[in-house]
Amino acid sequence: MGEDLKKRLDDVYENYRNGNITRRDFVKFAGIAGAALGLAGGPFGLINKAFASKSITCHSWGGTTSEALRKFAFDPFTKATGIEVIDAAFTGMDAFLTQVKASYPPGGEFNIAHLSAVYDYARYTDLGFGVVLDESKIPNLKNVMTKMTDTLRGITNGTLSAVPYDLGQTGIAYNTKHISKEKAEELGASLLYDKSLKGKLGSWGGDFRTNMWYAALHTGQSPNNITDVDAVWDALTEQRSMMKKYWASGSELMSLLANGEISATVAWSGRVAALQDQGHSIGYLAPDGTYSWMEYMYVLKGTDLEVAQKLLNFMLEPEAAIAVAQGQKYPPALDPTKVEMPEDVKKLPAFDPTGKLNGYLFADPAYWNKHQLEWAEKWDRIMAGA
Amino acid sequence: MKEKPWKPWLLLSPSLTAVFLLLIVPVCFVVVYSFWLRAPSGMDIPAFQFGNYAKFFADSFYPVILLNTIRVALETVFICLIMGYIPAYFFYRTESRLKPFLMILVMLPFWISFIIRTLSWINILGDSGLINHLLLKYSLISTPLPMLYNEGAVIMGLIQYLLPFMILNIYVSLDGIDKSLTEAAQSLGCTEWQAFREVTLPLSLPGVSAGCLLVFVLTCGTYLPPMILGGPNNEMIANLIFKRVIGTLDWPFGSAISVILLLLLVIIVYTYNRYMGINQIFKSLSKG
Repeated sequence: MGEDLKKRLDDVYENYRNGNITRRDFVKFAGIAGAALGLAGGPFGLINKAFASKSITCHSWGGTTSEALRKFAFDPFTKATGIEVIDAAFTGMDAFLTQVKASYPPGGEFNIAHLSAVYDYARYTDLGFGVVLDESKIPNLKNVMTKMTDTLRGITNGTLSAVPYDLGQTGIAYNTKHISKEKAEELGASLLYDKSLKGKLGSWGGDFRTNMWYAALHTGQSPNNITDVDAVWDALTEQRSMMKKYWASGSELMSLLANGEISATVAWSGRVAALQDQGHSIGYLAPDGTYSWMEYMYVLKGTDLEVAQKLLNFMLEPEAAIAVAQGQKYPPALDPTKVEMPEDVKKLPAFDPTGKLNGYLFADPAYWNKHQLEWAEKWDRIMAGA
Repeated sequence: MKEKPWKPWLLLSPSLTAVFLLLIVPVCFVVVYSFWLRAPSGMDIPAFQFGNYAKFFADSFYPVILLNTIRVALETVFICLIMGYIPAYFFYRTESRLKPFLMILVMLPFWISFIIRTLSWINILGDSGLINHLLLKYSLISTPLPMLYNEGAVIMGLIQYLLPFMILNIYVSLDGIDKSLTEAAQSLGCTEWQAFREVTLPLSLPGVSAGCLLVFVLTCGTYLPPMILGGPNNEMIANLIFKRVIGTLDWPFGSAISVILLLLLVIIVYTYNRYMGINQIFKSLSKG
């Protein structure tokens, strides 16, 4: 009976989306169906199912990112379905993973997370927080770049616990009042080690990978296969003596750059684009081997998959995904060869018109996760001057 | 009338339950975790071993940060004491009708979020902050003074957070001193300074020590000012715990560091209680 009701609910939803029934009728039917499903689930099923069908939580990065999601994806979804999307922000991927790990049962209090980088997809999956999505319920997945979905499938044995949503880069931001474009391009990754910038450099203190990545480029190594790790540590130790601030969040990064506290730093491409939009004299450099990453909507164990899949499909609709991309300044995961992109999206850093992402260098999850504990501790020591 | 010894316990039971569930039980969890192991995936493996404690003392990195934390805490205590005694003494002596208003001013910072207060220093001390802006505008300096992201900025952030605790503790202690004692000392030939030094200051020492203890303990456990206002050289032990727990998901080792910090603070508080009595702090807090 439950499955039948769900299917009918889906049909009603589709009709509502197509404008065949009014919102009042849709809500009325949804209410009756929800009550029936709840009663069918026993004395506690009523409450559980009612809650599950009324709301879903989505954690994201806060600031402009969450704002774009709320405005162009969550609010329209709620308007269309009556299902509330509880919009929450985390301070960082590690902090969020700690929260998820601390919740009991694991993942039960959290539903969808806007995570970044494939190594975290692997970490969450290894910790048993993943699900298996029913892709037939997410037809808009067909528009997503194949390379992105294939990368995630490779970790979860051909299934998906997330849908790719956008991509970006951690490049180098520099203050154009103090550093010329020519100098930045000439130095590339070594701009972050330029002695003339002593006391005016910044970096992301919360991620050893980003710092090691650019130290590897600076020392002429492949970031996904560092052969001389001591050279990387030496470079980071040397860089530390020139460092003004290891920043901890995207908003702190933007504040440091906008106020002229630092002249160069590793930076997230979308945040730089936002600063440029605001008129700040900030340049963006993506040297060879720039750290690229994909972001995805990870569905956590314990989530009502019907609701989650419905939301994900809604979010992947070109209209919603493109509007979110314009708002958060990161290109969408949609394949530009399948979905026409507006000009401003085409100009975003990390946008790939081919949809194949050839030449984009992503962190190898197996490689980085294997060294995570050892390198994160070493990085902490270097930051602390040990 | 027959005494009912269980009555106080009944009245205390909600508070004791809360303390037990929200403090004792979590601390026990932390202690248990400190003996566990961490798998590379981030999973915790139940065990009973002292490897996490051994790791802390195996090299100088972690103890040095602990010592740095204690040094910064002592510096903060000293500055808060100097800065706090003067207004506390003023409140004690003044007969002004504005006294309640001035006391409210001391409490005013508590009405604003600690994070906001800490962040606001960036706009004051930064390269393009208020002070540097004015100094540059009037050509008093040619390049901005480096006032942010160093130990000075961290201590300033700690002082603005903790100074009210010091002032209130000292004031409560001073407020309990009979003013006629200093008048008697002066009538016997003491100068005003001597009366303060020989009578008021010694009698106010319980409040001073209570304020110092509170400021010290709170400084040791805080991580926001070093994180927001500190530079690469200003790591404190709470930041280290944060990174171990959040950054590397190494809960067992983070728990071990927490337990070490906790033991250190327990020893300090125990010593204080043995010689000074912990009641002074509660008096000050209830007055506040």
